[in-house]
Amino acid sequence: MNKPDNTPVNNLEKIRKSLSRRNRSERRFRWYGRLAIFIGLAAVTVLFTDIVSKGHGAFRIAYLQLEVEYDQDLIGVNNLTDPEQLILGNWQAVPKQALRQQFPDVSGRSDKRKLYGLVSNGAGFDLKDRLLANPLLLGTRETIWVLADDDIDTYYKSWLDGEPYAARLTDKQVKWIGELHDQGKIRLQFNSNLFTRGDSREPEQAGIRGAVMGSLFTLLLTLMLSFPIGVAAAIYLEEFAPKNGWTDFIEVNINNLAAVPSIIFGLLGLAIFINFFHVPRSVPIVGGLVLTLMTLPTIIITSRAAIKSVPPSIREAALGMGASKYQMVLHHVLPLALPGMLTGAIIGMAQALGESAPLLMIGMVAFIVDIPGGFSDPATVLPVQIFLWADSPERAFIEKTSAAIMVLLSFLIVMNTSAVWLRKRLERRW
Amino acid sequence: MNGMNPVMGAKSDTKQNLEVADNQVTVGSCFTEAPKMTMRNVNVYYDDKQAIHNVSVDIAKNEVIAMIGPSGCGKSTFLRSLNRMNDTVESCRVEGEICMDGENLYAPKLDVVELRARVGMVFQKPNPFPKSIYDNVAYGPKIHGLADTRVDLDEIVENSLRKASLWEEVKERLHQSGTGLSGGQQQRLCIARAIAVSPEVILMDEPCSALDPIATAKIEELIEELSQNFTIAIVTHSMQQAARVSHRTAYFHLGRLIEVNPTEQVFTMPEHELTEAYITGRFG
Repeated sequence: MNKPDNTPVNNLEKIRKSLSRRNRSERRFRWYGRLAIFIGLAAVTVLFTDIVSKGHGAFRIAYLQLEVEYDQDLIGVNNLTDPEQLILGNWQAVPKQALRQQFPDVSGRSDKRKLYGLVSNGAGFDLKDRLLANPLLLGTRETIWVLADDDIDTYYKSWLDGEPYAARLTDKQVKWIGELHDQGKIRLQFNSNLFTRGDSREPEQAGIRGAVMGSLFTLLLTLMLSFPIGVAAAIYLEEFAPKNGWTDFIEVNINNLAAVPSIIFGLLGLAIFINFFHVPRSVPIVGGLVLTLMTLPTIIITSRAAIKSVPPSIREAALGMGASKYQMVLHHVLPLALPGMLTGAIIGMAQALGESAPLLMIGMVAFIVDIPGGFSDPATVLPVQIFLWADSPERAFIEKTSAAIMVLLSFLIVMNTSAVWLRKRLERRW
Repeated sequence: MNGMNPVMGAKSDTKQNLEVADNQVTVGSCFTEAPKMTMRNVNVYYDDKQAIHNVSVDIAKNEVIAMIGPSGCGKSTFLRSLNRMNDTVESCRVEGEICMDGENLYAPKLDVVELRARVGMVFQKPNPFPKSIYDNVAYGPKIHGLADTRVDLDEIVENSLRKASLWEEVKERLHQSGTGLSGGQQQRLCIARAIAVSPEVILMDEPCSALDPIATAKIEELIEELSQNFTIAIVTHSMQQAARVSHRTAYFHLGRLIEVNPTEQVFTMPEHELTEAYITGRFG
C-alpha cells in the first residue's frame, strides 16, 4: 500500500486543485438561491399585477348627471318627519322622471323600462338620504350626479378602455349612454360606496364596510382572548411548569394543534360554541372564539421561543438579587420577550384575518347587508366577502372581488410590516 | 503518531496519582471560632451523579475565602448551593447541613427570597439588566422595599456605586443603559447591585474570568475593600488571584474538599500532595 504523501508542498497542491471546484459549487449555489428568489418574486408580481389590473376599476364608478325634481306628489311625501310616509314614498320615481325628461322621445313600456335601467335601483334611496339631510330641498329642482346601474358602469368603463362590453345592454341603451357621454352627463367618480356600504346584491351598491367591520370585531376579540391566554400559557410552560412527561405531552399537542386544518376548528366551534353553548351563529363572538382556538398555538409557540431567547444570565441575575420567580418573569423576562411575542401575535392575527374556512362553518358566510355595530351583530369578514363576491354571477363583481382582495392584502401587508418594525424598534433596547 | 505515546502515558500516570480515596478527609483548618456560615457533610447530586462529596467547612465573618481547583471539581456547584441558586437546576439535589448564623438554609420554612437578599451573588459573566445603571442598582432595594422615599433610594444607589468604586465613572450617566458599559464596569455594576441590598455574604463565581487584566486588578482591589464589611466567598481559576485577595483558600478536587488553610500557607507549604501538585502546575 502506498502511504499518502502528506508533505506540505503536496498538500498545498491538493488544496489548490480542490479550490476551483469548491468555488464553482459555491457560485452554483448562489445562482440557485437567486433563481429561487426570482421565481418567488415573479409569482408575487404576477399575482399583484393580475389583482390590481382587475381590481383598480372598482375604485371608480359611473354616475349620471340628472336634473331631478323633489316633487311632493310624485314621491308621495309631504312631511319628512313622518316615518310611515318615508317608507311608503316612491323615491325611485324621482330619477325615473328625470330620465324621462332627459330623453323625452322614449316611449313604450319596454323602452321606458330599459331607460329606467340606466340608474341604479338604489338611486332613489340615495336621493331620499340627501333629502333627509337637506329638508329644504323638498319641492325644488337640482342637477345632481346619480349612481348608474352596474351594467352601465361595466359597459362605460369597457367602452372607455376601447373594448366595449355590451352583452347585457340593448342597442338603445348603448345609444343613450353615447348621448350622455357626448353631453358630459356620464362620468366616473371615486367609488366611496365601496368603503361606506355593506354587501348588496346590486354590485354598484355593494361595499366592504360591513366585512371590514366584521373582520375588525372578530380580530379584536381574537386578540383580546388569544394574546393573554397564549402568553400566560407560554410563560407557565417555560418558567413554572415542571419538565416532565406531562409537559412534553402538552408541547407535542400544541404543535399538533398548529398543524390542524383550520376548517376543523370551524367544525369544533360549530359543535361546541353554537350547538352546546348556544352562542348565536354568524356573529363576531363565535368567529373570534374559533379564530382564538386557531391562533392560540401560533402565539404559544412564538411566545415560548421568545421567552427561550432571553439569556439565562438575566434570570440568574434577578434570582440572585432575591427576586421571586414571578418578579423575575414580570420585571425581566417579559419585557425582553415582548417584541418576539408581539411579532408572533401580529403574525397570528394576520393569519386569522386571512382565514375563511372555519368561519364558513359557523355561519359567517351569510348575506348580511347591515354594517355590524358590535360583537353580537351578524357579520361576515373580508375573506368570506371575497369568497361571496367571487361566487356572484354579475360581471361587475369581478372587479369588486379584486378590489376587496387588494384591501385585504393591504391590511396584511400593514400588519406584517408593523410586525417587522415593532421587532426592530423594540429590540434596540437591548 | 509515535511521538504521542509517552505523553499519553505520562498523563494517565499522573491521573492515577491524583485519584482521591473515598474516605478522603479534608486536611488543614476547616473550622473557625466564630463562623458566619457552617457547612457540614454537604453532598450535591445532579440526578445520580454526585458532584460534591461530604464537604465540611466554615466561613468566618468578614473573611475572604477563595475556592480553587481544576475545571469540573465542583467549586462552582458548592458556591451556588450556599444561596440555593442550585434550586433552579431541576436535577440538582443538596444533602447535608448548610447554616448561616446557626440557621439551616435548607429548612423547609426558609424562603429563598430572604436568603438571597442576605447572600448576594456576582456571576462569571457580567450580567447587568438591560436597564439604566440607576435601575440596575435600585432593583434590589425596590423589590425588597428597602427605601421608603426616592431620596433614600438615590442615597442607596450612590453609596453602592461608591462602594463598588464605580460612582465617579458613571455619576454623569446614571440613566443610560447598564449594558453600554465596558466589561469591567459592568462587573462592578453587578457588584454594586449585589451590595445595594446590604447582604451579609457575597458569593463571587469567577468574577474576573471575562475581564482584561486592568479590570481584574480593579475588581480585586474592590474585593479587598469590601471584605471590611462583607463576608466573601470567591471561586477563581486564577491561583494568583486567590493568593492576592483571599485570607483562606480551599482546594477542591473531583468534588472533594482536599485542603483548607490560610492562603499564605496553601501557596507556600501546602499540606496535601494534591494541592501541591495543583499549585505547582502539574495539572489543571
